[in-house]
Amino acid sequence: MGSFDAFKALVRRDLLLAMRRRADVLTTLIFFVIVVSLFPLGVGPELDTLRQIAPGVVWVAALLASMLALGRLFSADYADGTLEQMVLAPQPLGLLVGAKVVAHWLVSGLPLVFIAPVLGIQYDMPWDALGVLMLSLLVGTPVLGLIGAVGAALTLGLRGGGVLVSLLVLPLYIPVLIFGAGAVDAAATGTGPGAHLSLLGAFLVVSLFFAPWAAALGLKISLE
Amino acid sequence: MAKINWFYFAAPNTFYPLAGKMIPWFAAAAAILAAIGLYVGFFVAPTDFQQGEGYRIIFVHVPTAWMSMFLYVVMAFWAAIGLAFNTRLSSMMAQAIAPTGALMAFLALWTGSLWGKPMWGAWWVWDARLTSELILLFLYIGFMALQASIDDPRRADRAGAVLAIVGVINVPIIYFSVQWWNTLHQGASVSVMKSPSMASTMLWGMLLMALAFWMYSIAVVLVRVRAIILERERTSDWVRDVKARGAAA
Repeated sequence: MGSFDAFKALVRRDLLLAMRRRADVLTTLIFFVIVVSLFPLGVGPELDTLRQIAPGVVWVAALLASMLALGRLFSADYADGTLEQMVLAPQPLGLLVGAKVVAHWLVSGLPLVFIAPVLGIQYDMPWDALGVLMLSLLVGTPVLGLIGAVGAALTLGLRGGGVLVSLLVLPLYIPVLIFGAGAVDAAATGTGPGAHLSLLGAFLVVSLFFAPWAAALGLKISLE
Repeated sequence: MAKINWFYFAAPNTFYPLAGKMIPWFAAAAAILAAIGLYVGFFVAPTDFQQGEGYRIIFVHVPTAWMSMFLYVVMAFWAAIGLAFNTRLSSMMAQAIAPTGALMAFLALWTGSLWGKPMWGAWWVWDARLTSELILLFLYIGFMALQASIDDPRRADRAGAVLAIVGVINVPIIYFSVQWWNTLHQGASVSVMKSPSMASTMLWGMLLMALAFWMYSIAVVLVRVRAIILERERTSDWVRDVKARGAAA
């Protein structure tokens, strides 16, 4: 099987598995919605305040949601031994990790992009800012998945893995948060989100290049 | 011509006595440099006309901040060497450096906030440097937490190494992101007040203190690495010999 065929097959398999367990996918999405909805209850219902904090709130919630979803990235395959077969497979492990991250993003990252405008409306965000919010999440959430894959690989099978992965991964998420929320902020204040989005794109390219390799290394360390 | 064995001290059993011999020297150097540095800082350096006596905390603050960043790079370096060449001692060095680095980051934050209260009127401001120092502390804690939660020391070494390398790639990205974020959100309301030309005695005091902290870090890391060596090599013969000699003395 060629490398690209293996890539496609793995994406298809992971998507199929995710569709068999739809509740898991929905949990991430509902978590995202609940976290965003909690903030007005804590901060107060004044729309002026909410409009100001909206980009940051939505982005922090996206960070937390994608971090929580990381537990599912490798653990099922690790439990039933599939992961060991992937390590032994002739295709490069980095590529297979990439396929898993793509499938993972399709079921846990992409839904956030589509639900975000609804949450933005709750916060009375202007229309063009909503578009930028979607765009920034579209570029930013794959970066979160890629960086998260490294943390998930390193903490595989450890006690307290869930809390530990947040400790490892959240500091590394900070640049994405800054420029993701910054892009929406810039659109809302009229300075233009171009620079922020370009930097998010740059993060995506760099993490696409490095993260699968680092995650593959992490998996090999965890499995030996 | 005798061939020099460059890797003689790369083995834990030869490095252990060497480290034991070096520790007193570095500790003494740290004490002497700190004494001179503190004297210069408190009695020789002039009072700053803008910040008064409060500025003198920079003689601790700036060296700890420097050391916290420097130690992270050194830690990542040793971790990477350990990962690439499978040398046990390198990974032990990385593990020994992490707590000292975290301590330096914490001290930099603490002294920074002590300095911020009289100067900025607040214990904490979201200044770019303060924020990135805080994130650096998080990175140290993550490294230590990962190593602590893995029971097998070899796996802990290698997993920690991957994390340290990913972290060291990220540190400049984080630093510049935070800086840009800060300038976007706050304008120039807060900036570290640099007097245009720092009095040379101030600079000397700071450099002496930086050297003192450097020597202190080396001494403490060596003490810690000796403890780690003993713990990990406890089943080997030479550690039993060390123990027997210790019991006899």
